[in-house]
Amino acid sequence: MKVLVAVKHVVDYNIKPRVKPDGSDVDIAGVKMGINPFDEIAVEEAIRLKERGVATEVVAVTIGKANSQDTLRHALAMGVDKAVLIQTDVEVQPLAVAKLLKSLVEREQPQLIILGKQAIDDDLGQTGQMLAALINAGQGTFASVIDVKAGEIEVTREIDGGTDVVALKLPAVVTTDLRLNEPRFIKLPNLMMAKKKPIETINAADLGLDISPRLKQLKAADPEPRKPGIKVANVAELVEKLRLAEVL
Amino acid sequence: MSILILAEHDGKHIKQSTRQAVTAANAWQLPIHVLVAGAQSAAIAQQAAEIAGVAKVLHADAAQFEHPLAEDVSVLLAQLGRDYKVILSAHTAFSKSVLPRVAAVLDVAMVSDVISITAPSTYVRPIYAGNVLSTVESSDTIQVVTIRATSFAVPAAGGNAEVVTVTAPATSGLSRWIKEDRNVSDRPELSSARVVVSGGRSLAERFDELLAPLAHKFGGALGATRACVDAGFAPNDIQVGQTGTIVAPELYFAIGISGAMQHLAGMKDSKIIVAINHDPDAPIFQHADYGLVANLFDAVPELTAALNN
Repeated sequence: MKVLVAVKHVVDYNIKPRVKPDGSDVDIAGVKMGINPFDEIAVEEAIRLKERGVATEVVAVTIGKANSQDTLRHALAMGVDKAVLIQTDVEVQPLAVAKLLKSLVEREQPQLIILGKQAIDDDLGQTGQMLAALINAGQGTFASVIDVKAGEIEVTREIDGGTDVVALKLPAVVTTDLRLNEPRFIKLPNLMMAKKKPIETINAADLGLDISPRLKQLKAADPEPRKPGIKVANVAELVEKLRLAEVL
Repeated sequence: MSILILAEHDGKHIKQSTRQAVTAANAWQLPIHVLVAGAQSAAIAQQAAEIAGVAKVLHADAAQFEHPLAEDVSVLLAQLGRDYKVILSAHTAFSKSVLPRVAAVLDVAMVSDVISITAPSTYVRPIYAGNVLSTVESSDTIQVVTIRATSFAVPAAGGNAEVVTVTAPATSGLSRWIKEDRNVSDRPELSSARVVVSGGRSLAERFDELLAPLAHKFGGALGATRACVDAGFAPNDIQVGQTGTIVAPELYFAIGISGAMQHLAGMKDSKIIVAINHDPDAPIFQHADYGLVANLFDAVPELTAALNN
């Protein structure tokens, strides 16, 4: 079984994003970037499937500018077999990404496609479901456990107030939640080796798809700060304050 | 042109977040229709009809909707949605699964987790875990939108909409529901509770013992940090934060919570935040209205007892 994993190159999760002075966007110039943490979980899961003999080949794909290669190198260092960059300088939004991924799915014919449930930059959380719809496949969103069986896959999903389990016909799309696994630590030699591995580059424009952005950002702004609070000396004072605030 | 809201329910009741989506829909000043997909669900359709502001309820009653699957609901919603200006729902696990499929089928963008609607096609939504607010405009003819329920008020009852039956398409056969495991408790739903009492990892095995009585005092819900959940002291589904549930109650207790960005993203819109922590330098105090530096294991029982009086 071939597994395709889609990864996104995003601002490192430890970085507090800053808005540009003109309020047009978040300033990411010179900011540390890395693999979207949910996508790293997707890569880890695919590699584990291969280590268990369930998957035969793991292909990682990313879409974006040339520097997105760094995230593919990360996936290669973790252990994926092949890496593909669909290169474009256009700002690709989820619908465009889903269309581009569909074209790769048609070429690679994976039985399972794993993606993060959302990217930690735009927090949209749409791409996996959009791809599933475009290729007319079942989807297991917010997966915390996956279990591949003959011709289908069972996915335990984290939903509001608990979990559920769905069975999906293969090929299927799975999006990862935090508790699916804990990605491995990458050893330095693997990182060095990954730098030498080939990355296939496809020019997005050559695929002839409408990938123009549909959403236009008019403004980016810091949220209103909370007004500063106070420290209370003891429980009695806390109760008193809460009474005055009329929330008790 | 009208607005179509996808209702969410638990088989018996419409979720409060669906009602809040009706409030959000008022921004367009267009007729509001609600789609209820369920099995033996006439009573739920009736509840939708009674939400003030709803003009029409589309009711799809079919056995396959006993456990509505995204693959099936999205086909129905995309079919009906072609004739609408806006397809709207609350940003819940259910709608997050369904609406992107609908948008893809209709070849339009989707705007997720909207906290404010400023014009017919302009939205404010948090990005980067709520660290930045982004204002976006959608150029598509059909707007597919999920809203953050806690940002919109619960509308009054008192509506009397007509209920019309719509036919459900055949099941896709792509997926099958097997089982679900919902944590039953007599506490209110975390996302809509008036009071939330949350704890961090330092409560360890005493998480329930210390926090449950305090939550009980308010008829509130329990919440936990990701670290606390990962350490096994609290169940997954009560995680508050960017990747868990987002809450905005009237009163939020952060007990033994340091205030990681991840957690703040899920609760910083609470009206009043109380932080109790033994560490005076914990970042949570910068976000709390009332901070108490104290040993949790003394202060929490003392607070619970004080509320008795």
